[in-house]
Amino acid sequence: RMFATYPQTKTYFPHFDLAHGSAQVKAHGKKVAGALVEAANHIDDIAGALSKLSDLHAQKLRVDPVNFKLLGQCFLVVVAIHHPSVLTPEVHASLDKFLCAVGTVLTAKYR
Amino acid sequence: IVYPWTQRFFDNFGNLSSPTAIIGNPKVRAHGKKVLTSFGEAVKNLENLKATYSKLSELHCEKLHVDPENFRLLGDILIIVLAAHFTKDFTPACQATWQKLVGVVAHALAYKYH
Repeated sequence: RMFATYPQTKTYFPHFDLAHGSAQVKAHGKKVAGALVEAANHIDDIAGALSKLSDLHAQKLRVDPVNFKLLGQCFLVVVAIHHPSVLTPEVHASLDKFLCAVGTVLTAKYR
Repeated sequence: IVYPWTQRFFDNFGNLSSPTAIIGNPKVRAHGKKVLTSFGEAVKNLENLKATYSKLSELHCEKLHVDPENFRLLGDILIIVLAAHFTKDFTPACQATWQKLVGVVAHALAYKYH
């Protein structure tokens, strides 16, 4: 969804098959979702829980910080689609805050 | 509710002290209607957005003093509400189109800023 909505995000995956239904994309999405679960399970120390990922993004991946917001928006849209009644304004605010916090942690060691 | 700092522009709207208060506030409802009607105008004037929003842009800059970043925030919220409403029909292609629309509307609203 992110690749379709924000084509510029594809630039970070030149080595991937990005066609609809791609196994690589699915596997990668699973990885990302897993990290979000990890962060949620350590919500009082997201920086600690994602420390290695934080290093990885700073030293190797160096994804521009703006892109975490784009992915976050897509996550919220998917939650809205699958659980519209759960996504009250308060839950939306909370989820958005969480996703922003994760993005901040992942870019925290950039400089 | 999601971006409480945006309330700074609505001091005269009365009670915005809680999500319940905001949702029940008639001034909020009326203003939302105004904003969405304006989006409707945008859809009808896609080839000419800058002209369509020219006066509104000046208003938001000179009188309302709204940071254009807020237009982006509103656009993203609108899209999530649409997603919750249309669920399966809100395909990636649909979202992509809507993100483009809210983007150009935000751009047109910011165009006359000086």
